[in-house]
Amino acid sequence: MSGGSFYQRDRTWHPPAFTPGYKTSVTRSPQKALIALDNTLSEMTGPVFGHGTLGTLDDDLIRNFASDGDPIGQRIIVHGRVLDEDGRPVPGALIEVWQANAGGRYRHKKETYLAPLDPNFGGCGRTISGEDGSYRFRTIKPGPYPWPNGPNDWRPAHIHFSIFGHGFAQRLITQMYFEGDPLIWKCPIVATIPDKAAIERLIAPLDMANTVPMDSRAYKFDIVLRGRRSTLFENRMEGN
Amino acid sequence: MVQPLDRLKESASQTAGPYVHIGCTPNFCGIEGVYPDDLGRTMLKPETKGERIRIVGRVFDGVGTPLKDALVELWQADAAGLYPSPQETRGKADPAFSGFGRSPGDMASGEFVFDTVKPGKVPFKDGRPQAPHVTLWIVARGINLGLHTRLYFGDEEAANEADPILSRIEHRSRVATLIAPKTVEAGLPTYRHDIYLQGDRETIFFDI
Repeated sequence: MSGGSFYQRDRTWHPPAFTPGYKTSVTRSPQKALIALDNTLSEMTGPVFGHGTLGTLDDDLIRNFASDGDPIGQRIIVHGRVLDEDGRPVPGALIEVWQANAGGRYRHKKETYLAPLDPNFGGCGRTISGEDGSYRFRTIKPGPYPWPNGPNDWRPAHIHFSIFGHGFAQRLITQMYFEGDPLIWKCPIVATIPDKAAIERLIAPLDMANTVPMDSRAYKFDIVLRGRRSTLFENRMEGN
Repeated sequence: MVQPLDRLKESASQTAGPYVHIGCTPNFCGIEGVYPDDLGRTMLKPETKGERIRIVGRVFDGVGTPLKDALVELWQADAAGLYPSPQETRGKADPAFSGFGRSPGDMASGEFVFDTVKPGKVPFKDGRPQAPHVTLWIVARGINLGLHTRLYFGDEEAANEADPILSRIEHRSRVATLIAPKTVEAGLPTYRHDIYLQGDRETIFFDI
């Protein structure tokens, strides 16, 4: 059940490299075809991080940078499961997140947007999925953010996700969007994804059942990583 | 209609964006006090086995401008050719070696740096040895899906010649884009490896 090569990535589902509506991709997209490489151990293996990697507040963005109070903004819980394409949970997956504050301002040396920093909000968090693939963290809902692509482009509210599965070929970075945000369908970065169904999989629904009354609303965001075959070597068949 | 396969689709990738450092290397971009150290910054301990080497390079766009906001990740076997991974079935890798490195480009020059050990040989799926190599994964603003490539070592000519992957690349002139020449800088064996995203010198990227 573990250790085999990964199912081929469906590159018609993912965004292609060259997407001129997102201007920076024009000079940062390879023009030659990718060379197909059958998985070897170098791709089937990958780093696995233990819970010793984590500090106690790593999954709590409301507290992990706060110095003299809570950050300003809508308190939310983001939770979900990491699954593979066969629907099996992926336990032990390191999930890193980053985001702007409630006003759409990132805490980064190169950021110049005029909305103010929040002295109690850093914007980074991480956690490791449990045995059933589940994860959760607490944060402030990020604000939309203007960016110099077109003359009046705004990113929808979003949280960046970086996920390690069990093999380096599963490595994935994506973005989570929020149900009902009208900016989603105007965004040139969202529009790099050709299939509307693939975009909808990145939109987290409001999840009232996991809301904490009088405290925080909740959004659910499941992440699917590549599935894998059960044999490690073609010349040493194990399982099917 | 035939029966459905009932398979889920992989979550679609999105660019890491210009502020990838906030989540992946927060100390590097000035967010201190949340994590004690940036993940993947240190691959070695004093007792790690193997030859110390440095891998240095930059990532260039199609205009020849170095990216200053790329994040490069590295995954490799230890000096004996074993991966520090639960999926490794051939033996136990060096417990003093992480195998995983992560380097943001220097904010002024764009240069990424890995201090690591030279990896041993890892078998191809038919048992033939692959030449020593590391896997590199590149994300940045403007890159919609992380790019996988490999770095092979310029002083392993015979092994590179016999490598099952390098030897089947049709356009022979492109093989050199995967091989880093060796130099010695400050007494340390150093492999300089620039990556070209687009154009005449375009690096080979793999669909793995």
